[in-house]
Amino acid sequence: MPGQLSLQFHSPDDLRVVLAGSWLLVDSLPSADDVALQLQSRSDVHRLSFDGKAITQWDSGLLIFLARVYQLAREGRIHVDPGGLPEGARRMMKLATAVPPQEDTGKHSKPPPVLERIGLRSLSMWRAGPEMLHFLGEVTLSFGRLLRGTAQYRRSDLMLIIEDVGAHALPIVSLISFLVGLIVAYMGAVQLAQFGAQIYIANLVSLGMTREMGALMTGVIMAGRTGAAFAAQLGTMQVNEEIDAFRTLGFNPIDFLVLPRMLALILMMPLLVLYAGIVGITAGMFVAVTVFDISTFEYYQQTVRSMAWSHIWVGVIKGTVYGMLIAFAGCLRGMQCGRSAQAVGEATTSAVVTGILFIVIAASLLTILFQELGI
Amino acid sequence: MKANGVQHKKDPGGHITVQDLTMMYGNFVIQHDLNFTIPRGDIFIIMGGSGCGKSTLLRHMIGLKAPARGRVLFDDISYWESSSAEQQRIKRSFGMSFQSGALWSSLTLAENVALPLGEYTDLTAADIAEVVSLKLSLVGLAGFEEFYPSEISGGMQKRAALARAIALDPEILFFDEPSAGLDPISSRRLDDLILELRDSLGTTIVVVTHELASIFTIGDNAVFLDAETRTMIAIGNPRTLRDGSPNPVVRQFLNRGEL
Repeated sequence: MPGQLSLQFHSPDDLRVVLAGSWLLVDSLPSADDVALQLQSRSDVHRLSFDGKAITQWDSGLLIFLARVYQLAREGRIHVDPGGLPEGARRMMKLATAVPPQEDTGKHSKPPPVLERIGLRSLSMWRAGPEMLHFLGEVTLSFGRLLRGTAQYRRSDLMLIIEDVGAHALPIVSLISFLVGLIVAYMGAVQLAQFGAQIYIANLVSLGMTREMGALMTGVIMAGRTGAAFAAQLGTMQVNEEIDAFRTLGFNPIDFLVLPRMLALILMMPLLVLYAGIVGITAGMFVAVTVFDISTFEYYQQTVRSMAWSHIWVGVIKGTVYGMLIAFAGCLRGMQCGRSAQAVGEATTSAVVTGILFIVIAASLLTILFQELGI
Repeated sequence: MKANGVQHKKDPGGHITVQDLTMMYGNFVIQHDLNFTIPRGDIFIIMGGSGCGKSTLLRHMIGLKAPARGRVLFDDISYWESSSAEQQRIKRSFGMSFQSGALWSSLTLAENVALPLGEYTDLTAADIAEVVSLKLSLVGLAGFEEFYPSEISGGMQKRAALARAIALDPEILFFDEPSAGLDPISSRRLDDLILELRDSLGTTIVVVTHELASIFTIGDNAVFLDAETRTMIAIGNPRTLRDGSPNPVVRQFLNRGEL
């Protein structure tokens, strides 16, 4: 038999809640609203008691019902006599009501109004600026110590990171730059073929890959691959108190953790950009030879004619700047990370977003700069 | 246990002095007006209920967080008013065992212990390797030199962290919840080790804990931080406090809630 509820008046001011049957969470149980209704209509009730002799079995279902009744009684300043409840339930209710609910836990039950949220968000964004500048300052000082030879870091760490961001990135950089080279060549060729100028595919691809696309695509890949990894590594170290351990031992965590990461990416990015350019140009040649009937030799000749050292330099400089920005964003977010798994996830996401944002801004500025300089 | 037996040279100023310390997170006061002195060679316990700011106090003492008000002095030198070179020198005398161990996860146990040695001493690689083996054997981890922190159990990680903390023979050792997550026997071994370090090397030891067994076994002196009033409400020998503290909150805590 599922739970049954009836209300009786023992005396005019004493409401007795009679419970019977099986009070299990899985059953459909009577609600405490009936009790509330009775209490509302009869304001002279001062005592609430129970009769639970007919309860066959119970679990948290009963306790939840009782908790609501207790709540109602507290609101109406009604004395509750738990005497008639099953022994176990009585003890559980005593446990549940032993510590009154904490009123001032500092948590807002409802979210603040829109204007306040906008204000808070703006303030935190405003504060993010100085934090970033502070980190930039620390990194600059650390590079200063590197130049003077007093920076504390392990060469073996640097080598490991170089291997990770350099050699291990080759497969994905190869794939992406090959495909980008293919796309540039194909799209360009379709247009150029209308004038019978397919041979200029070589110019388009070599210029595009060395000046812009090589650096940009490598930058985006590295932001997703390495920037995220840096943030996750440093963030986890933050959670694990490893960074505090560096600080208490008097090690500068910027020197130890950030410096080798930035250095590795700054050293490896130019090489990766050069490599991406070569792969992209090869992809262009593949399209030109197989689809547009240009001979390998012609394509090679045209590429050499169109290339200048300045194009290569422009790409390499861009790549180096992107590398610096990606490593900066990754390390910044990692060092700012809070002390929870959630925070590590946020730091990683933010590292990639910040990294790509930095790259796009730098790409625009550098393109305009080189354009103005006529390089 | 000879926690009280050995008399150590004690200078009048105390090894560590906390003066009028107030700690805040943003605008939220965690603890205010803390005042106590830790003599040289003392084992000093910071105790109190969960969330009362014990670990935060420790983070202030080891220079990880700047106080909102007040000072922390080491041999009468105020840490936060010193130059950064002086701060480095003071920090060099610390060893710290973090709550989670905080071993550097990308390094083996041997490298973890060797890193401070390599950085701050002129020892040769061979000498360092010997010191590392000695420190690891002191905490019962001889033979685990080439293991990475993730390859050993939590209790072993804590002991390895202690080996790293004592690598440079520090004058002051800080422990954050040393026995949290340890079984009773490992926990007892750690207590014995702490006592042994104090007795044989005269190290001043500061322990954050709420393990009553540890508190009574090793503590010479203790401060009780209260979460309700957000300040210290008792200081003194924990056994004396247990039996005779005028404050019922402290007595209740030290008697596991029974008065």
